[in-house]
Amino acid sequence: MSAIFATDPLLSGKIDLTVVLIVIGKTLVVFGLLMVAVMFYVWFMRKVIADMQNRIGPSTAGPFGILQTAADGLKLFFKEQSVPSSADRRIFFLAPYLAILPAFLAFSIIPLGGVVSIAGHKTFVQLADLPIGVLFLLAMSGIGLYGVMLAGWSSGSKYPLLGAVRASAQLLSYEAAFGLAIVGVLIHSGTLSTRGIVAQQAWRNVGSIFREWYWLPAIIAFLIFLVAALAETNHPPFDLVEAEQELVGGFHTEYTGMRFAMFFLAEFMNVITMSAIAVTLFLGGPSGPSIGALASTHWVNVWVMPIFWFMFKLLLLLYGTVWIRATLPRLRYDQLMNLGWKFLIEVSFLWVMWSALVRVGRDEGWNTFATGLGAGVGAVAVYGLLYLCIPKRGELLEEIK
Amino acid sequence: MGLPKGFALVFKQKGRKRRVTGLYPNEKREKPARLHGRHVLNRYEDGMEKCIGCELCAGVCPAKCIYVRGADNPPDAPVSPGERYGFVYEINYLRCIHCDLCVEACPTEAITETKLFEFSFTNRDDAIYTKQELVVDDDGRAQRLPWEHWLGTEDDDTSAWMRATAPGGRADYEGKVGWSGELGFGVRNPEQGQSDAEVADDETVITPPTTSTAPPMYGKKRR
Repeated sequence: MSAIFATDPLLSGKIDLTVVLIVIGKTLVVFGLLMVAVMFYVWFMRKVIADMQNRIGPSTAGPFGILQTAADGLKLFFKEQSVPSSADRRIFFLAPYLAILPAFLAFSIIPLGGVVSIAGHKTFVQLADLPIGVLFLLAMSGIGLYGVMLAGWSSGSKYPLLGAVRASAQLLSYEAAFGLAIVGVLIHSGTLSTRGIVAQQAWRNVGSIFREWYWLPAIIAFLIFLVAALAETNHPPFDLVEAEQELVGGFHTEYTGMRFAMFFLAEFMNVITMSAIAVTLFLGGPSGPSIGALASTHWVNVWVMPIFWFMFKLLLLLYGTVWIRATLPRLRYDQLMNLGWKFLIEVSFLWVMWSALVRVGRDEGWNTFATGLGAGVGAVAVYGLLYLCIPKRGELLEEIK
Repeated sequence: MGLPKGFALVFKQKGRKRRVTGLYPNEKREKPARLHGRHVLNRYEDGMEKCIGCELCAGVCPAKCIYVRGADNPPDAPVSPGERYGFVYEINYLRCIHCDLCVEACPTEAITETKLFEFSFTNRDDAIYTKQELVVDDDGRAQRLPWEHWLGTEDDDTSAWMRATAPGGRADYEGKVGWSGELGFGVRNPEQGQSDAEVADDETVITPPTTSTAPPMYGKKRR
C-alpha cells in the first residue's frame, strides 16, 4: 500500500508515531522553506533588477531591504479586502487557494537532498517521493490554472475575464510543449519518480555534468522546458495574463489585501517550483561533489552538501529568471501563440521521437551514429514540411480578402 | 538576432556607481533655485513686517487657499511701516498648488517661497499655517517647524523666483536689484539672468549660488 503513495524508506516499514511526527515535521519545514524562499526571491529579484536598471531597489526595511517582502505582506494582511458586488462570491473566495495550493504541492515532490536518518529512521530529504511524481507535477500545474481562471471568471468584471481567457489559452498552448520536454527526460530516465530521476544523475566525477546530468543529452528538451516553464508561470516575457498596460492587473484586478497577496505568493512560488523542477530533471538535483577530506558518512556530506548543491543550482536558475525579467519586453499575443503552436510543440515532439529512436537503437545494438544522423535528417525534413504547411504572416489575411 | 546583445547590455549595467535613484530620506537631490515650496512672510531689516494686508495674494490665488485680513497699525507699536498690516494671514496647504502667483502679486515682496516641500500633517487644522508659523524668525530665516524636513541651507534663497522678474517682463532685465532689504540678509544679490554674466553693467552683479547645469545624480552623500 505504502509503495503506491511513496517509495520513501520511511514509509515502507511499520508506521508509528515517530514516523508521523517526522512527516509532519518535514511538511512544516518544506512549507516554511518555500515561504522564506519566496520572501528571499522577491527581494533578490527587486534588488538585482534595480541593479540592472541603475537603481538602488529596496533599502530601508532590514539590512539591504531584505525584510521588504515581509513588510509588504504584513501591510497587505491588514488591508481591507473588498469584493465586487457582481462577483460570484464563493468562487471568488476559493480562487486564491486554488492558486496557492498546487504551487506548494508541486514543490513537495522535489528532492532537496540525499538520504538521511532522523531518529533511527532512514528517509529522503524530500516531502513526498511519488512513483508518478512527474505526472503529479503536470497535474498540479494544470490545477494551478484554475486559480487564475476562476479568479478572472468570478470577479464579474471585464479585465479580469480577459486575463483569465488569456491565461487559459496560454497555459493550454504551452502545456503540450512543457509535457513533451519532460518526456524528453523520461525517455532517458525510464522512471516518473523524481527521486529515481535524480538517482540516475548521481555525481561520479566532473564528467557527470555532461554525461549523467540530462541537460546535455536532452539539450533541446531542456531549452524548450525553460521557455515553456516561463510561459507556464506567467513570468515575463510571457506575462500577458496580467499585462498592466492592457488589462490593469489581469485576473487579480479585483483582488485586494491578503487574497491579492496569495496570488502573488503563488506566482513566485511557481517560479521557484519550476526552477526546482528544472534542477531536478536536467541539472542533477542535489547531486554534486562532496567534500573528499571527510568520510562519506560524515554529517556534512550527508546533510549539507546535497542541499547546498541543490540550492546553488536553484539560485543560478532563479538568477536567470530575474535576468530575463529585466531584459525581455512582453510578447505580443500572436507572437506568443506562434512561438507555442508553430515552433515549440513541433520541435519538442520531433525531439521526443528522435531521442526515442536513438534510445531504441542503442537497446537493439544499431549503429548509434547512423541512427542518430538518419533520425535527425528525418526530423529536420519533417519540420521543414510542417513549416511549409504552416500559414505565414499575411497569408491568411489574403485568403480572407 | 539581437537577443544575446540585449542580455549582455542589461548585465553590463550591474554594479554601476551612478544611480538614478537615491536612499531618499538620507540622501537628497539638490533642489533647483526656483523651486516653489512652503511660503514665508518676510520682514524688513529693522524687523517690521512687509505684509500690508492688501489681500492681493488672496485675490490672485487660483486655489483660494489664502485668507488675509488687514488692520490699521497700532500707532504706538506698528507691525509694518505704513498704515495697515496683515492682521490675519492663513494659508491652507491642503489646497495650495505652489503656483507662486501670490509671490508675483505681492506689491511689497512680503510673501515668498522657500524650497521646502517635505512636510505633512495628521489633521486638517495643522495644514493651515497661520502668521505665527509663516513669519520669518528674528534672524530672517524661515521657522523650522518640527513636522517639516529641512535640509542644510535650503532656506537661504527664499525669494529667488521673484528677484528674476522684470517689472515689465523684459528679457534683458538682469542683474539689477529691484527689491527691498530683508531681515538677516539685507539687500539680496540679484539672480543671474539667462544671458552671460558679463553683459550687466551694474557693480551689484554677483553670480548667485548656481546649481550645476547637469541634472544632479546620486554619488556623493549630502545631508
